[in-house]
Amino acid sequence: MVNWIWLLLIVISIVFAAATGRVEAVTEAAFDGAKTGVTVSFGLISILVFWLGIMRIGEDAGLLAKLASLLSPLVRFLFPDVPKNHPAMGYIMTNMSANILGLGNAATPMGIKAMQELQKLNPDKDTATPAMCTLLALNTSSITLIPTTLIAIRMNFGSAHPAEIVGTTLIATAIATVAAILADRWYRRRVPPPKLTTGIGGGSGHEGGPGSPKGVNGGV
Amino acid sequence: MYEFVSLLSIWAIPMMIVFIPLYAAFRKVPVYESFVDGAKGGFDTAIQIIPHLVGMMVAISMFRASGAMEMMVQAMRPLFDSIGIPSEVLPLGALRPLTGAGSLAYTTELIKTFGPDSMIGRIASTIQGSTDTTLYVLTVYFGAIGIRKTRYALKVGLFSDLVGFIAAVFICLLIFA
Repeated sequence: MVNWIWLLLIVISIVFAAATGRVEAVTEAAFDGAKTGVTVSFGLISILVFWLGIMRIGEDAGLLAKLASLLSPLVRFLFPDVPKNHPAMGYIMTNMSANILGLGNAATPMGIKAMQELQKLNPDKDTATPAMCTLLALNTSSITLIPTTLIAIRMNFGSAHPAEIVGTTLIATAIATVAAILADRWYRRRVPPPKLTTGIGGGSGHEGGPGSPKGVNGGV
Repeated sequence: MYEFVSLLSIWAIPMMIVFIPLYAAFRKVPVYESFVDGAKGGFDTAIQIIPHLVGMMVAISMFRASGAMEMMVQAMRPLFDSIGIPSEVLPLGALRPLTGAGSLAYTTELIKTFGPDSMIGRIASTIQGSTDTTLYVLTVYFGAIGIRKTRYALKVGLFSDLVGFIAAVFICLLIFA
């Protein structure tokens, strides 16, 4: 589906550009987009390096395993195929908490780290597992208690009640998240998952640590 | 409630930064070495995301510049007018899953034009705040671990965006009526 959307966006853009005489603007936009992609990735370097460092300390101290066992009923319901005390569970927990508190720059590194841990359980490194799809669904709908950016913008434009949208946002985000979980469940049943390796990669989760992003692509 | 949560948001990160190493030191973990060891992976991960993000950003940026979206919105306008959804928020529904910065800019524009306390301003704020940028999240999370076959993940994300959009519109129409 990603292939189709990508192709469609590009083809439609060029067709419309030709029809409306915006060919030059669209060409320029293509290179602007490429620049944005690199800029955003570079922006991720600092927060990834920092948070992955902090979280490794937590992992070494056994904090993540503890966190995972603390709230396990909910997480185990959402991620039935991840072993109980696997470090992935701890990262999933921290990712969800950071999302709820609206800590965007902490949520992304935790989510990526959780994905890397889930990738260790994945027998087919090219294909997403059901657990990965669930984690993604939770992050795309992202429950947020307080939309801080929007409250700030509303304040800037002189709103009488800048925080009045907190309630409506919370209801909307809850409905979106429930929809995401239900859709995810539905697909989980319909699309048979690839076979899972039950062995927890060494338990400590260290062997795939710093090198894992490379290892994932078969050492390319 | 609002004060409590925002206080929690402000303190969450400093508390984590001090609590995690303290707890680890108590458990005899060499904290600094641990930090450096874990942090090493960050650079590789970010670099790994570049091709995915560049590919996606190029397509989205072209799409926005081509004017295709305005045409689609024009075509759908009568339908939305007939069920009482202000058509000004339509482009936001289309932009939200594609680009976080783009939809935030559009939301700001709507708030500026119609006022933050207008129905359109409230609906736009609610839509912007209630979901994340699906295509970005998918690109970054799966890009970081080299997943190429994303299976049903995108469908689930877009479906929840649609549900969130409809929910946001009708909840606002209901509550702020």
